[in-house]
Parts: sequence; structure tokens; C-alpha cells
Amino acid sequence: MTLNFIQVILVVLVSFLAGMEGILDEFHFHQPVIACTLIGLVTGQLVPCMILGGSLQMIALGWANIGAAVAPDAALAAIASAIILVLGGQGRAGVSSAIAIAVPLAVAGLLLTILARTLATIIVHVMDRAAEEGSFTKIDIWQWIAICMQGLRIAIPAAAILAVGAGPVKAMLNSMPSWLTDGLSIGGGMVVAVGYAMVINMMASREMWPFFALGFVLAAVSEITLIGLGAIGVSLALVYLHLEKSGNSGNGGGGANTGDPVGDIIDKY
Amino acid sequence: MADQVKLTKTDRRRVWWRSTFLQGSWNYERMQNGGWAYSLIPALKKLYTTKEDRAAALKRHLEFFNTHPYVASPVIGVTLALEEERANGAPIDDVTIQGVKVGMMGPLAGVGDPVFWYTVKPIVGALAASLAMAGNIMGPILYFVVWNAIRMGFMWYTQEFGYKAGSKITEDLSGGILQDITKGASILGMFILAALIERWVNVDFSPVKVSTIKQSKGAFIDWANLPSGGEGIKKALVEQKAGLSLDKYKVTTLQDNLNTLIPGLAALLLTFLCMWLLKKKVSPIIIILGLFVFGVVMHVIGVM
Repeated sequence: MTLNFIQVILVVLVSFLAGMEGILDEFHFHQPVIACTLIGLVTGQLVPCMILGGSLQMIALGWANIGAAVAPDAALAAIASAIILVLGGQGRAGVSSAIAIAVPLAVAGLLLTILARTLATIIVHVMDRAAEEGSFTKIDIWQWIAICMQGLRIAIPAAAILAVGAGPVKAMLNSMPSWLTDGLSIGGGMVVAVGYAMVINMMASREMWPFFALGFVLAAVSEITLIGLGAIGVSLALVYLHLEKSGNSGNGGGGANTGDPVGDIIDKY
Repeated sequence: MADQVKLTKTDRRRVWWRSTFLQGSWNYERMQNGGWAYSLIPALKKLYTTKEDRAAALKRHLEFFNTHPYVASPVIGVTLALEEERANGAPIDDVTIQGVKVGMMGPLAGVGDPVFWYTVKPIVGALAASLAMAGNIMGPILYFVVWNAIRMGFMWYTQEFGYKAGSKITEDLSGGILQDITKGASILGMFILAALIERWVNVDFSPVKVSTIKQSKGAFIDWANLPSGGEGIKKALVEQKAGLSLDKYKVTTLQDNLNTLIPGLAALLLTFLCMWLLKKKVSPIIIILGLFVFGVVMHVIGVM
């Protein structure tokens, strides 16, 4: 599928926005579920791109920039794979191979991110000189130069993929044998576990595991929807916090808090 | 000094909007420092008028700073209060301001990372992703609206809180409410995560046939002897509803056997394996690529 001039401009704009957000982490235009949908919207392939975005979002659930660590680049993965999906012209059928392309892209994006953050070091040195002069305007300008540089980090690769065009991208996708694409989609079904594992490693404590077990077992009851499960989860959290508090006050100022709320309740009687 | 300089609500709102771009010049040397100075500019502009004061203020705020981008807001609030007092003649030196910033950023990052990146984002993200994968446009819209409403509300409210509490904020933080929120969010997070693993991680061993049994007559639909036309279809449907199997051979796959234990067991074990690998400091990217390779290999040898 070829895009017209306006669509190309819009795709590059969306990429720019995603690149900015990749560092800012505020509006979340770079999150796959939004970035891919926007690419789909401006290219007229909304539904396949949205499905791609949803799938990538599941993989990227646990990706986060913690401290100075850099997460795999969701922005480049989402934007580039969505553009490839659109250019490939296979619609929904192309989603699973686009997912497989996205993961190496996320790694490649990591290198670009590190490069951009190193270049930003030079920018803050320029800011230092602006500070000597007491110039607010120059700080403002350089802050925006830094942000735009982050935008270009995604916009340039996106434009490059567009420039190479639909032909080579399509040829590459078609040349993939079915055992490979099927195998990749099986792998795609499993990789979401990595995101969950990262999150669990952060939140898990002995106190929390029973809730994990409850969630797992209840999810096997297919009649309960995700929203229903959410309601159960919220209720559990509220009940637990409440019992914990009443348990503490029952022990007279929490002095004898054993850290075992159920035990505290039992002691009360 | 006769006239006191005060920061109005408009000033604080400007700072709040600018703090959206806190991480714009994130760098390896002093991390969020450029964005921090950029965020404070509307306040500094109002509080300091001479060139020397402005230069000193900017230099002071270009020092190292790094925390979770949303929980930077209470720190900004406190800093605004301190700067205001300083501009009005209070003896607050550079060391105090830098001390408050550094003292708050660590513990707050400890709150912000688990709450936002590891609880709110996975829950909102998973919900939105599941809608999007079903082709529902509400998925992305829901994510965008919910996420930004939470974020913007949190940032404004905590910045105001910090501004009003001044330097006392560090004491408030050790109090109960934030801990309750963190704990409640963790409970909900663990519960939902487990459910999502059961529902969304696909590990399917269906191609592996454990047994193939030829069933006795009457246990399966006898396709050859059905009446012709609609009558036959009706009879077949009735028989299927009565529990007759469709084929002459009853195939039990490895997946069927695993499902009788509990559906999703393999997904759970896979998640535990990933957790263990991550704890062993194996890069998530390596694990992801490894799983793709594993998927292809297992498919080629006919196990998955």
C-alpha cells in the first residue's frame, strides 16, 4: 500500500510526537496502544494497527524507565512495526509478523535512546552557560531543542522506512516462511509473560502472594469478565486495608502489631 | 523588605504545566536538571528581578535531580514554597534547597515507580490492550483519558500539597495515607496480574497427542448413516448436544491433560521462570528473543 503526501506528513508527525513522549513519559503517545492506533488512524488502517497496538501493549506492560535505566524502546517498536504493517498491506493477517519485527526494533531503539541521552548532556552544558547570563529564554529554547531531538529520534527512522517504500517491506514479509511466522506467533503468545514477571518482581511480598493465587484461580472461571475481576480485586484490597486497621486498634495503639492482620482479628475475640 | 512577593495560583499552574516536560533534556550527567530548571522558570521570573539573582537561582536549579516524573510534583511544590520565602528574605541557603530536593527524590521515586509504572500502567494498559485487540476503539481512548486524568490530577494536587506543606512534607510522607495507597494498589495489582497471566499468556501444547482411542459405537455421531438434508443436520446437532463426540477417534492432547489440573498452569510456570531469570539479572530483551526462538523451534518439531 502506498501513502499519499499528506499521509506521509501525518505519519512523520505522529512519530515525532511518540519520540517526544518516549522521553517525557507523560501523555503516553508513545505507548503502543496509542501510537499504533494513531498511525492506523492517519493511514486509514485503523483496525489492524489497533490490534497490533493492543498486542504490543501486552508485551510492553512492564517496560519502564526506572532511575537511570533505559527500558526497551516502545516508541520505535510501535511506530515502525505499525508503518511496516500498513505498507505490507496484509491487514490483520500481518499483525503477528509485525509483532515479531517490533521486538528487535525495541532493542535497536534502546541504542538510539542512549545516544540521544548522551547528546542531551551537551545541551545541559549549554544551559549552564545560559544560567550564567541569567537568561530564562535561552533555557526555554534549549529545553525545547532537547525535546525536539527526542522527537527526531523516532521521526527519522519512520521517514526512512517510508522512503524505502512498500515494495522491499512487502517482499521481506512475504519471504518469511509459514513455519517461521506461525512459530513467531506462538512465541508472541509467551513473551507477554516477561512483562508480567517484571511487574510481579517489583510488587511481590509474602503478604501479597495469596492475592496472586486468588486472582489466578478466579480467572480460570471464564464467566467472570476482566471488569468483574477488577471489582473483586478492589474489594479485596479495601477489605484487607480495613481489617488491618481495625486489627491494629484492637491491640491498643498498634503496639502489639504482629504484622498478621488475620491473627490480630482472631486475637480480638 | 516592605512588599512581599507571592506566587499566585496562575504562577503555580504555569509551573505545573511546564513540569510536564521535566524529562525533556534527560541526560546521563545530571539527569532531570534541565527540565527541573525549565519547570521553575515562571516562579523564578516572578521572585527574582536582578540579573545576579536570576543567574544564581538558575544555577542552583541546574544541579542533579532525578525521580519519578510524576512524584517530582510534590518536590516542586516544596521548592516553590522555599524559594518564595527566600525571595522574601528568609535565611534559606542553596544547601537547604538542594538538601530538600535530594532528600525527597529518593523516597518519592520509591513510591512513584511501583504505583505508576507497576500498578496503574499495567492495569489500565492491560484493560485498554484487551479492548484494542478485540478491535474496539474504546481501548486506546480509554487508556489516553484515564491515564492523563490520573496523572494530571495527581501532579496538580501533590504540587499544591507540597507548596502548602512547605518543608514539612517529608514528615507527612511517612504517615499512613500513602502507604495505604501503595499497599492497596499492590493487592489489586497482584490479583489482576495473576488473572491476566491465566487469560493472556498462551502456552499451548495442543499438537502433542497423548492418546488416540477408537470409541465404541454409539459414543460418536455416525455420519455415514444420518438421514439426508436438513433432517440429518438436525439429528447430528441433537446427538452432539447429547454428548456424542464428532469423531470416531477420541484424541486427548497434552493440553487437555494439563487443563484438568488447572487451565493456565504452563503460563504460570513460564511466568515464574521469567521472574527467576530476571532476578538472575538476565536482560528482558534476551528472554523475549529467547522465547521467540523457543516458539519457532517447538513449532517446527511439532510440540506447540
